[in-house]
Amino acid sequence: MSTVNLQKKNVAPIGTDYHGQGGADASPVNVVQLPTHGSASAEPLAKRETKLSVKDIVIGYHNKESGQILLTVDRVSLDIKEGEIVTIVGLSGCGKSTFLYAIAGLVPSQGGEILVGGKKVTGPGPDRAMVFQKASLLPWRRVRQNITYGLELNGVGAEEAEKKARHYIDLIRLSGFEDHYPNQLSGGMQQRVNLARALACDPEVLLMDEPFAALDAITRELMQLELLTLCEKVGKTVLMVTHQIDEAVLLSDRVIVFSARPAQILADIKITIPRPRDGITKDSPEFRELETRIWTLIEANANIGGGI
Amino acid sequence: MSLHAEKLNKSLKREKQLHFLLGGGVILLFLLVWEAIGGFELVNPLFTSSPSRVVKAAIVLINDGTLFAHLAVSAKEFVLGYTVALIIGVPIGISLGWFKAVSASFGPIISAFYATPRVALMPLFIIWFGLGLTSKIIVVLLSAIFPLIVNLQTGMTTIDPDLIKVAKSYGATRWQIFRSIALPASVPFMITGLRLAAGRALLGVIVAEVFGGSQGIGYLIQYAGATFQTDKVFVGVAVVATTGIILDRGLHRAGRYFDRWRGETAVG
Repeated sequence: MSTVNLQKKNVAPIGTDYHGQGGADASPVNVVQLPTHGSASAEPLAKRETKLSVKDIVIGYHNKESGQILLTVDRVSLDIKEGEIVTIVGLSGCGKSTFLYAIAGLVPSQGGEILVGGKKVTGPGPDRAMVFQKASLLPWRRVRQNITYGLELNGVGAEEAEKKARHYIDLIRLSGFEDHYPNQLSGGMQQRVNLARALACDPEVLLMDEPFAALDAITRELMQLELLTLCEKVGKTVLMVTHQIDEAVLLSDRVIVFSARPAQILADIKITIPRPRDGITKDSPEFRELETRIWTLIEANANIGGGI
Repeated sequence: MSLHAEKLNKSLKREKQLHFLLGGGVILLFLLVWEAIGGFELVNPLFTSSPSRVVKAAIVLINDGTLFAHLAVSAKEFVLGYTVALIIGVPIGISLGWFKAVSASFGPIISAFYATPRVALMPLFIIWFGLGLTSKIIVVLLSAIFPLIVNLQTGMTTIDPDLIKVAKSYGATRWQIFRSIALPASVPFMITGLRLAAGRALLGVIVAEVFGGSQGIGYLIQYAGATFQTDKVFVGVAVVATTGIILDRGLHRAGRYFDRWRGETAVG
């Protein structure tokens, strides 16, 4: 249980220059072996507390027809430091969403362990909050009451919940809409409420499962930028799953490429593009290069796996 | 509001008015034709009656107090039967929808009862409970309870699984999911159940009174019919129809209030 390395408590403030230290390491793509616990790396990031630690996780399900156990995720390990934004990309059906669900405590694992803030995950808990692809707001609740929903379930008092809701309504720029019902909102607005509902719970780790996949192309681009500023503002530890490589590169500190099923980590790529980033970031050659490399990895893997 | 929106609003209003006039016109025409058939003695008014005769009969029945006496009896049967159906039916429907074991155990027998025409059981109820109030309340209760049970069960079993997934991801207990999702999600189904139940209950009242008894609107209709007083039959029918419309509209209004979150559509 307590094997997690509660290293030094002095957490580096968000925005310290661990992003832009690419000098010696000219290649922005950096396929690295995941650091094992305790191996002190020289990076400033390593000084931060590990927020999420996944160790050799195995997830499988029982196929009723063949009677066999099919592996979805095969011994994946992953460490995420406080304030880090990490994105998992991979072919559809590769098990990346299942992996995320396991961290959320919604899917049981068959081996290995997941630690959030040093505590073992045995089910859903207030230390994690999940943003699903569909906004799935309670249609009979107004925006305000949808944002307090997660807090309410966790037994937070009405007054405090209301205060937090107001804060996040401002943050996601939905002032004036707090008394609207979800079906009076556009898809992008609904997804912002969904995000606020998760953030209001103040989770240690924010999990996002293709949060913008259901939105139209324009709204998606706008939401990416919105999330970018939001993440830089709130400094949350984020683990996101997406199909959009550009989205992954734009938002993340690290992009994890998953192999075809059963999922294993193909590459763990550090995104060294300095922050703050914005819409123009996508036009930089560095960005394009990263995108291409990730795409090449996924494509090569898809071919090995006998196509899609 | 922009000029365009105002124009659109106006034309919508005009369309509504037109529809109202059309609907009202057809009813008026129907009444006129009916009156003419009786007035010109195209058919013996003993069989068809006519609007004016019905109104006259109604005035007589109101003035001598018989209409309200019958109405009071019917209303009592309706209210008691409907209320008991509500008190028993709602919890049954909810348990059937929420607990799999309950629906597995009691689902089949309830379906069997649902398929049985309640009127067919009327002779038994008279044998068991007599010709008085009790047997009638039983018929009303059994007529009204099934739409409530079935609708609530449906409401409970057709909850959006994504909402439950969200609740679970926030660590909701089963009880919290029940309270915060299952109950509110089944409110629209309950409203539909209440509307259907009101119609069935009204039917139950009339059938029970026609079948046996000496009071109530159903009895009034049955007795007037047996004695060839067609005017009075129509008075009774009109009272039942009006009650039905008022109940249905009232519940529809109430339903719209509880359903207001479904109202307007997205803006962007």
